[in-house]
Amino acid sequence: MASHVAHETSEKEIPAPQTAAIWKTFWILLVLTAIEFVIAFTLPASTLRVAIFSGMTIVKAFYIVGEFMHLKHEVKSLIWMILIPTIFVVWLLTALMYEGGHLY
Amino acid sequence: MSVAHAAPVVPENLSWSGGSEPLKASYGKLMMWFFLLSDTFTFSALLVTYGMIRFSQPAWQGTPDTFYFSTTHWPIPEKVFEAVPFLHGMSLPLVFVGIMTFILIASSVTMVLAVEAGHRGDRKDVEKWMLWTIVGGFTFLGSQAWEWTHFIHGPEDLSLAAKQLIDGVITPIEGANLVRNPYGPPAFADLFFFITGFHGTHVFSGVILNILIFFNAATGVYQRRGHYEMVEKVGLYWHFVDLVWVFVFTFFYLV
Repeated sequence: MASHVAHETSEKEIPAPQTAAIWKTFWILLVLTAIEFVIAFTLPASTLRVAIFSGMTIVKAFYIVGEFMHLKHEVKSLIWMILIPTIFVVWLLTALMYEGGHLY
Repeated sequence: MSVAHAAPVVPENLSWSGGSEPLKASYGKLMMWFFLLSDTFTFSALLVTYGMIRFSQPAWQGTPDTFYFSTTHWPIPEKVFEAVPFLHGMSLPLVFVGIMTFILIASSVTMVLAVEAGHRGDRKDVEKWMLWTIVGGFTFLGSQAWEWTHFIHGPEDLSLAAKQLIDGVITPIEGANLVRNPYGPPAFADLFFFITGFHGTHVFSGVILNILIFFNAATGVYQRRGHYEMVEKVGLYWHFVDLVWVFVFTFFYLV
């Protein structure tokens, strides 16, 4: 492995990569997307299907933001600063989708 | 000046001039988070608009097999997006979008691997993974260009296209633009162009940033600086672009 070979210009040895958690997150995201495909072609369009897709999207968002963007490991106040405005936006999205149905 | 600096308690990149690391995050990372939050609002505005317009238009009432393109009902996405490059004439609903989603998730993974390599100060690995991320970004942009071309061109068999009335004659609509499209109500193509276009613009600026980071890493800028925090900051932006695509994929293509 190249990572075990000390770099020419740096004195200290480079530690080995710690990538187990990264690949785990990758597989979770991949499997979730695959399941979404299966549902798209087996379940007929309904409010339930929309709810399942939305739920799975939020789970995927949790893994991307939490692990890849490292938010899960930040301090609590930073997590809430990002999360609370986002929750209000999701509410706006849900509310206007519902209201849209009454326009037609 | 040759004043010797005493080693600070907090690493240089983690201290602000007013004190050390509020919220235990560096200035640059915190400001990137705030920018991303504001960008979330912009994208949410587009998705809120999409949700409202989509649900205010009549949906297709029959089964997917009997579906036809018409300006009187909203199209089923799997009937619109069913083409894959090199597999001409085959109906492969949503397969190409699935490949694009995979490309973007994979490039997100190579980006975290670059950040991880940066933590270890492994310049060679940072260069390698940044290059893969750039390749992933360009592949996605190319796929989107193909998707747009196909969408604008419209269905090959013109008899399948939605119809419009020109001088009292019912004529199939040729090609999609912001005024009319062969798939359904004008708003459908408008939202497609605006949402995927705005996302594509983000991907493009992300690729440019990634190239800058790769260049700096390759020329040893970050090694001399002593840390690879720029990789992390641009990484946050790149993951955000992936995150937005996850939402676009669900709400525009699946629902």
